[in-house]
Amino acid sequence: MLANLGYGATFITFLVSIYAVAAALYGLYQKKPNWVDSSRNAMLLTFPLLTLSSAILLYFLGTHHYEVEYVAHVTSRTMPLYLRLTAWWGGQAGSLLFWSWLMSAFASAVTLRKWDRDREFLPWVVVISSVTLAFFLALNIFVENPFARLWQFGTTEVVKAMFPPPGGFLYFPADGQGLNPLLRHPGMVIHPPLLYLGFVSFVIPYAFALSALITGRTDDRWIRITRRWTLWAWLFLSLGLVLGGRWAYDVLGWGGYWGWDPVEIAAFMPWLTGTAFLHSVMIQEKRGLLKQWNMVLIILTYDLVIFGTFLTRSGVLSSVHAFAQSAIGPLFFAFIGITLTVSLALVMHRWRDLKAEVQMTSLLSREALFLLNNLLLMGILIVCFWGVIFPLISELVTGQKVTVGPPFYERATGPLFAGLLLLMGIAPLSAWRYSTLKTLGRSAWKPALVSIFVPVILVIQGMRNFGAIFGFWLIAFVTFVTVYDFWRSVRARSRARGDHMLASFWHLLTTRRRRYGGYIIHLGVICMSLGIIGIEIFQTETQGTLALNEQISLGRYSMSYDQLDIYDVEDGRNVARAVVGVYKDGQRIDELYPRRDFFYDSQQPMTIPGVRSTIEDDFYILLVDWEEISTQRATFKVYHNPLVKWMWIGSWVFLVGTLVAAWPDKDPAYNTSSKRRKVRAAVKV
Amino acid sequence: MIIKFRPSAYKITSIFLLIFFLASLITGVAAAQGDDPAGPSADEVNAIARQLFCPVCENTPLDVCATQACAQWRALIREKLAAGWSEEEIKQYFVDQYGARALSEPPREGFNWLVYIVPPILFVAGAYILYRGLRSWNQVDEQLEISSASEPVDDDYMAQLEDQLNSSRK
Repeated sequence: MLANLGYGATFITFLVSIYAVAAALYGLYQKKPNWVDSSRNAMLLTFPLLTLSSAILLYFLGTHHYEVEYVAHVTSRTMPLYLRLTAWWGGQAGSLLFWSWLMSAFASAVTLRKWDRDREFLPWVVVISSVTLAFFLALNIFVENPFARLWQFGTTEVVKAMFPPPGGFLYFPADGQGLNPLLRHPGMVIHPPLLYLGFVSFVIPYAFALSALITGRTDDRWIRITRRWTLWAWLFLSLGLVLGGRWAYDVLGWGGYWGWDPVEIAAFMPWLTGTAFLHSVMIQEKRGLLKQWNMVLIILTYDLVIFGTFLTRSGVLSSVHAFAQSAIGPLFFAFIGITLTVSLALVMHRWRDLKAEVQMTSLLSREALFLLNNLLLMGILIVCFWGVIFPLISELVTGQKVTVGPPFYERATGPLFAGLLLLMGIAPLSAWRYSTLKTLGRSAWKPALVSIFVPVILVIQGMRNFGAIFGFWLIAFVTFVTVYDFWRSVRARSRARGDHMLASFWHLLTTRRRRYGGYIIHLGVICMSLGIIGIEIFQTETQGTLALNEQISLGRYSMSYDQLDIYDVEDGRNVARAVVGVYKDGQRIDELYPRRDFFYDSQQPMTIPGVRSTIEDDFYILLVDWEEISTQRATFKVYHNPLVKWMWIGSWVFLVGTLVAAWPDKDPAYNTSSKRRKVRAAVKV
Repeated sequence: MIIKFRPSAYKITSIFLLIFFLASLITGVAAAQGDDPAGPSADEVNAIARQLFCPVCENTPLDVCATQACAQWRALIREKLAAGWSEEEIKQYFVDQYGARALSEPPREGFNWLVYIVPPILFVAGAYILYRGLRSWNQVDEQLEISSASEPVDDDYMAQLEDQLNSSRK
């Protein structure tokens, strides 16, 4: 009964979405505003309806309703309640419903805004949001239904169907299969929702961009409306990626946080285009340039979001056969193909209207450097996209399966990331419209000079890796440029107004949020770069089998095997937990507990490292194997990961920076008009 | 006693503290790098396993995969090493047995060359288009006022003026 209600609510939402599209188009072409209002109301109705569907699914997940196939697939009796509930996004059908629910929430929120100044956008925003929502709901209704139940025929045959098949009766398994153990981690509770929040939020700027294209209102109004949406979307996506990395570091047990897996790359690609978009919209706002390019970027971001959603849960790109057998694969690709074609056709249609109002006047101006930043980000995107789809193309053309693994991506993207870092240091020093080497040099020489001390010190200390020395110099240069710029602005204001330095700093942060928020984000990226260089270039590892009280060394560290306990726990795990001592320069400094959990329900192991983490380095220990019963000997794999903590510190700085940049103004309309009044008065004087 | 710092002293002290902080962090890295860890046979096995992928555990390098199948592959590598096989011979053995997908990158031959040459070609094409675009836009107006965005002035007024000019342009 409840399953029927959940499915019915989802189906009605699907019909309501289609109605919203039809009513908006009818109202638009018949010039009947009531129909447009009706479409808006329909859009608003999707949220409570999908909340009902989601609540029913959550009820099933929380209360062991294993007759529902999705519940049996992703939960088990041994899983704690919070993991059973968060299994909502643990499988494909549930995560698609979760996507739709978020989409309905965001679309409803955006339709509730004041539309006085942009009334012409409303019907098209409703149409585009509803088409996207209807597509995902169609997947839930016709292909991946989270409310489908298990039906039994005779004594053995069990089938999955929404409605009772003739002769079938409801089958109640005693227990579920349980979620993949790797997903039973707090990181996995937060990481997918953040990623999906980022994915779904990017639909809103896309909807406004297409509305602008369709209505012919090609000024930068759509960008101004969606500026904060885009920033929040980007923040969620960034945090989703970082949390995914943290989860990999804590749970996957391979000593790193990023493995260039297609699923990771699928989430990274919309981030790349989103980052390019965030930079290039500033050029449009400041200079009226790159309107066509911005449209292309937001369209690419939207379609990469759809691609990412598809790839994250399906994994069907692993082989041609998996893709062909997957019911949702062709549907996703058809949807991406159609939306991409239609969107790009609209851009071509408005190509002349989107021409720049002014011309770019200097190769070293800030807009030119931002454009270079876009080129580098697109370069990374090309590498990522090509690397992900090449195995499929290779298999199609030659019949040979190949792996495109980390060495390919690291080699191809390393110089591009270094270029981005360099631009992060130079671009803030250049001026809008016009810069020369002389003006740039005048601003850059002091930070550049000071930054040279860092590689000199490193070489004196014995570092000989050129890539690392160059990377650390870049980090030092960008740090000094950013800090120096902060310092000069704060000092200038403090001198001009006689304010305290801290007050001036606060004033800068609160009045120039976008600029200084951006600088803080850059500082976050610098911290993260420190972590990336540390682990990518200087990670060392060793593996050894130790008897009790024996030690294994790695650099200045060593570890001793002190104890191993093997026991069952109530949630269905068998735990093998080692106690190891950590020594640095011969001194015992810590005790760690690497362990291996074996999940009886899914028959899968999970390796949880013991990690001693400082800002200098991480000492990361994995329990690989042990002698059963006697536990006299055990095998450990040990990693020394220098500077990796800066990755996580950087993500916090990044978060603060984005919050500063995206924080809503008290009353932007009033502030803008009052500013303009002041300026007019000043100009007259 | 109160020690009074002049602003320049503040600045110099801050800069050197920052350099010292960065350098001391990184010096730790250099020191760790300098030590040569002992190389047990498991490390030799892992050095080769790291470059291989088994067909079952997609996208997980062999050296870190916890499955039984991958443990057997690692045991096989150990056997081959013990028998005096070189790294290249062992990798070739796995390619012969399981196909090119066992390697972490496609071999540089035939159709696989596309994976290596397409991204640089597209990137260079993009850079060329960008360069041509910038050159065609590059009409320097000598009358333009040259002003660095990072000049140390309290430029609220300039920003407001720029807003006003931008809005009047529309």
